[in-house]
Amino acid sequence: MYITVIIIIYLAITAFLGYLGYKKTNSAADYLVAGRKAHPLIMALSYGASFISTSAIIGFGGAAGQLGMGLLWLTFLNIFIGIFIAFVVFGKRTRKIGHNLDAHTFPELLGLRFESKFIQGFAGVVIFLFMPIYAASVIKGGADFIQSYFGIPFHISLIAFVAVVAMYAFMGGIKGVMYTDAFQGLLMFAGMTFLIIFTYSKLGGITEAHQQLSGLYTDPAILEQTAALTKGGFDGWTSMPRLGTPIWWNLVSTVVLGVGIGVVAQPQLVVRFMTVKSNKELNRAVVSGGIFILMMTGVAFTVGALTNVFFVQETGSVSLIAAGGNDKIIPEFIKRYVPGWFGPVFLITLLAAAMSTLSSQFHTMGSALGRDVYEKSMGGRGKSIVISKAAMLVGVLISTGIAWLTSFLDVSMAIIATGTSLFFGLCAASFLPAYIGALFIKRMPRAAAVWGMISGFVTSFFWIFFIHEKESASLQLCALITGKPSLVKDTLLAPLAMVDPIIVALPVSLIVTAVLTFALKQDLSIVHLEKCFSGIKAGKREIPGGATVRV
Amino acid sequence: MFGIGDPWIWGAYLLCILSALLCVTYGLYNWNRGADEEL
Repeated sequence: MYITVIIIIYLAITAFLGYLGYKKTNSAADYLVAGRKAHPLIMALSYGASFISTSAIIGFGGAAGQLGMGLLWLTFLNIFIGIFIAFVVFGKRTRKIGHNLDAHTFPELLGLRFESKFIQGFAGVVIFLFMPIYAASVIKGGADFIQSYFGIPFHISLIAFVAVVAMYAFMGGIKGVMYTDAFQGLLMFAGMTFLIIFTYSKLGGITEAHQQLSGLYTDPAILEQTAALTKGGFDGWTSMPRLGTPIWWNLVSTVVLGVGIGVVAQPQLVVRFMTVKSNKELNRAVVSGGIFILMMTGVAFTVGALTNVFFVQETGSVSLIAAGGNDKIIPEFIKRYVPGWFGPVFLITLLAAAMSTLSSQFHTMGSALGRDVYEKSMGGRGKSIVISKAAMLVGVLISTGIAWLTSFLDVSMAIIATGTSLFFGLCAASFLPAYIGALFIKRMPRAAAVWGMISGFVTSFFWIFFIHEKESASLQLCALITGKPSLVKDTLLAPLAMVDPIIVALPVSLIVTAVLTFALKQDLSIVHLEKCFSGIKAGKREIPGGATVRV
Repeated sequence: MFGIGDPWIWGAYLLCILSALLCVTYGLYNWNRGADEEL
């Protein structure tokens, strides 16, 4: 009864905020960039809540339960690059150039900056084709927890969960998404704050908890359980894996660098910078953004690792074995060890995390196919909002289909974390060099941006399907063509099968972009560039009447 | 430090806290700046 009442109240508030967004949406600018007048706290919470999903809490929290506290390097990058650098360095120019060019989406920002319909269409297609993999990871995280907590079959959990989110993202546009994100972000903050206080106090404090976790790896029974992990490079939950081992490569290249750098070029996050009216809002948003991310991923990864102490004390088994799979560690920990009243609260925390990210993904998929590909690149006609909504429905159906298929995969695969890393890495390799050029390199010609994007995407795609064994083995295209799970298996280049695509594809696209920038002549007009960078150049501008202001 | 032996781990733990403090300090210091263009 208690849980039912809480969920009904939560869904009612979410529905009301979605309706509020719907009522305040009167134009395409309202639907896509919130009329460029979002409040800094709403923007910061929306950015954070979209960034942090069940992937971070359940997927990567579970990965910390398996691999230990080395994942905190990802938290550091999430805060330093994902908030500080993203807002202060990228955010301000993104907002200003986005305003100058009247861009409504991330692909549109790149397309208008380089005067290229191809760039806008290509970016839109990449987002629409690959974001469903990330969205499916988030859907799976939410549906897994509903299944685990209520015993509702996975497929029913999945459909109900998707239907609720699609409803308000569809109707309310980005205003509905941001209002609900902010509410959900506050719930997530409260839930995770309780979780870290509970975990540390239950284990006797910060130092005591960490010492108990370190002590586990000296127990012969535990060493026996983790023998396979140790062979792969695992060295305990409070130590980094051994340098150069498969687990080290997975942790450092796929998880930490893949997600830590990839966040800067996430289309659903970049668009948030274009929803505020001045840099003042961005400066203020940095405060709540930094604290929010610390309390989300910092808590998830620390608690994830510490679950081992609880599971070993009660069952004698480490988290991975006791919970029965990587993605089940956090849900099982909540179910078994956290006070009964907190279960429903944490369920709401997770629902909020999943719904806030998923609604942004649905919105971004809709705008990518509707506005960037159909309307702007192909010259399709029709009402902008209607086209985006129709495209969103297509994205929702594809994501739901992929999430349903994941229920047939091996549970030990860490599907949620893998799907998330794959999309973040692909975005970084495809978009980051062109995005940096768009904001900071006035002389970058159109061709440099185009070929940088293509080279990053092609390298990433090739590495995912043919080299990086973690993905190529499960995608099976390489095995179908060559009979091997990875092209480099059983060759002198075999260690490359451990290297994440971002480690190769991002440098390739950066080099191609840089070489072409210096080799080719500028093909964009001075007038266009002046328009792009209007109000950005350092110096002083005069206010009519004599006063000057710093711009 | 913090009951953790490996400096790579307690270093990450410390950097997480310091980077969050950097965000708070920067945001508060620039709380009223950036509205000039609203020129």
